[in-house]
Amino acid sequence: MTLLETLTPVAATGSLSIAWLLIAIPLAVAGILLVVGRAGDAWGHLLGAAAPVAAFVIALVEFVELLGAPPAERAVSVPVYTWAETADRTIEISLLVDPLSILFALLVTGVGSLIFIYSIGYMVEDPKRRRFFAFLNIFLGAMLTLVLADNYIMLFIGWEGVGLASYLLIGFWQERTSAALAAKKAFLTNKVGDLGLLCASFAMFALFGSVSFADVNAAAPDMSHGWATALGLLLLLAACGKSAQVPLQVWLLDAMEGPTPVSALIHAATMVTAGVYLVVRSQAIFTLSDEAALAVAVVGLCSIFAGAWIGCAKDDIKKVLAGSTMSQIGYMMLAAGLGPAGVAFAIFHLLTHGMFKANMFLGAGAVMHGMGDDTDMRHFGALAKGMPWVFGTFAMGYLAIIGCPFFAGYYSKDHIINAAFGRGPVFGWLAIVGAAITAFYMTRLMMMTFFGPSRHLPGVHPHRPGPVMVIPLVILAIGSIIGGLVLNGWIQGWLSDAIGAEVEPVHIFETSAIAWITLLAVACGIVLGVLIYRRPIAQETPVSRNFFVNAGRNELYANAFNEAVFMRPGQRLCDGLELTDRYVVDGAVNGGVTLAKGASGLLRLLQNGYVRTYGALMTCGAVIVGAVMILGRLA
Amino acid sequence: MNPNAYIILSAILLCIGLFGFMVRRNALIAFMSVELMLNAANLAMVTFSHVHGGLDGQIAAFFVMVVAAAEVVVGLAIIITIFRTRQSASVDDENLLKH
Repeated sequence: MTLLETLTPVAATGSLSIAWLLIAIPLAVAGILLVVGRAGDAWGHLLGAAAPVAAFVIALVEFVELLGAPPAERAVSVPVYTWAETADRTIEISLLVDPLSILFALLVTGVGSLIFIYSIGYMVEDPKRRRFFAFLNIFLGAMLTLVLADNYIMLFIGWEGVGLASYLLIGFWQERTSAALAAKKAFLTNKVGDLGLLCASFAMFALFGSVSFADVNAAAPDMSHGWATALGLLLLLAACGKSAQVPLQVWLLDAMEGPTPVSALIHAATMVTAGVYLVVRSQAIFTLSDEAALAVAVVGLCSIFAGAWIGCAKDDIKKVLAGSTMSQIGYMMLAAGLGPAGVAFAIFHLLTHGMFKANMFLGAGAVMHGMGDDTDMRHFGALAKGMPWVFGTFAMGYLAIIGCPFFAGYYSKDHIINAAFGRGPVFGWLAIVGAAITAFYMTRLMMMTFFGPSRHLPGVHPHRPGPVMVIPLVILAIGSIIGGLVLNGWIQGWLSDAIGAEVEPVHIFETSAIAWITLLAVACGIVLGVLIYRRPIAQETPVSRNFFVNAGRNELYANAFNEAVFMRPGQRLCDGLELTDRYVVDGAVNGGVTLAKGASGLLRLLQNGYVRTYGALMTCGAVIVGAVMILGRLA
Repeated sequence: MNPNAYIILSAILLCIGLFGFMVRRNALIAFMSVELMLNAANLAMVTFSHVHGGLDGQIAAFFVMVVAAAEVVVGLAIIITIFRTRQSASVDDENLLKH
């Protein structure tokens, strides 16, 4: 068990002291867009798209400043204000800008800017476009709060904020029942995970008297092994909820009901990776408990295969990409569970994935846009000619995700596979199999969408997207190509001090046996995909009796499982409570009333209206009172 | 002067009044019986006042007289009104106010 060395934050200077603007700008813009109402319809989208660009510029300036700082001073604490002050405890709201959080801020604002700009074109015909941009800005502000927080409570506020934004945006077209239900499902599933984060924060406060990352990291080695495991598992539960990992993965596929830019930004590039961020941020706890770290790795592996399985079976292009997201985040979780050897690669893969998956989601959005909002790949085909720019950029994302040499995903994924072999051969081999399946289902997606004969529905004429949608695609495609090369040799050293990662030597082209085997596995996946999906594809989903196909199409029966295990017993419990209320509680109340009514009915008969009876009763009473007084005196 | 005689007289008067109130049906007689009971009480109070040598009992007796006079005014008015509407002065006929 190694003790994790992390940086102690220093006070902020220069441009770093305005880090709070990163959060304030999007939130202020969101407020303006929501308050001005229809008056802002004409310019709301422009203001909305300007916010992430401004935030990106600030993040870039701060990144450059951190680059210039000596490594020991790269964790910077930015006090914002004192929230509460008591005799023995002061609660400060302050931000933490360190190598990890600034990378996240760059990813969120950078990819965010491109997706916001793309949305201007994508949502052009939607009457609620201004509100869409307001919600996107709420998301941006909350996400930046999440990554810039210097303690678990502020992180939790951001965590809930992105959950709210996700809910609002999945259900953006709330007139569709399916979208409204999907939003509710995402929100409720996330609540299960949020409980884990809350309980972990409470436990930290009880154990250490503080929830700030610096204090927790410093005090963690003193806690017992049992507490470390418990905290680790609670944080893992939170990460599972937010990152759609097994067993809380059910919401992600339904989340595709939202507009496609939302799927790209929130449900692929940024928000769903918050779970990985949480695990990496809490490495101090996971290094103390091998059990918790192992649980993270196992959850990651399960999610790799669950996502890939679903990706192989679905015909809806967005759901294939959602399954793929789940699977790729599984790789990140696996890396995060490998301890200091893997955390840097988890973040590396997170960054490259953010670029190539956003690229592919936006590409899928452009395809849908051109095909009359159809998402069924069985109605696509031959789009390589119809939409050359979309095809070209999508192909770059495809090459990146399957791990084609020199593309972004090649570096990040291979490093994770290497690190997994360091943990145990089972982890490594399973990760390689996952890479092969990834290659297969992505090839399937490419073949069904862009190649083969046209299977378009009658009346659909693919049209090309405008420049406002193509330019972000091109930039993201460039990122998918060179992102890995640029970050490969640098990111480990950059992150090593902040999160306690080990620095392993890396090469531009790995020539180890593992690297060759991985490439071979990927090639097998591609060849298999081409061979199978070169054949004619039916326009309707054929009925299948294959268990694997049906399980994949039904999202591994997770919904049925949840309904049988949680929903129906819950409903029965509620029914039982309702019956108890109606018959036991109401019965007691009504019974008491009936009793009082009957008794008073009998007593009432004494009031018979005869004055002389009253007189007699009064006399009797007076005699009794007199007798008692006299007898009392005598006694 | 032996106060016992006055007390016994007061008790006799009270019993007569009580008896009359409970057995007679005529509202006027019942009313007179109530007055008799009040005066029995007055007599007892004056007697005790004399025995103790204070004036409290006598002052209380005056108050009772004043209240009794007021009560007579109201009571007779009620009895006459009832007699006018129901053509009866029997207290047993006025039994509408019941359960």
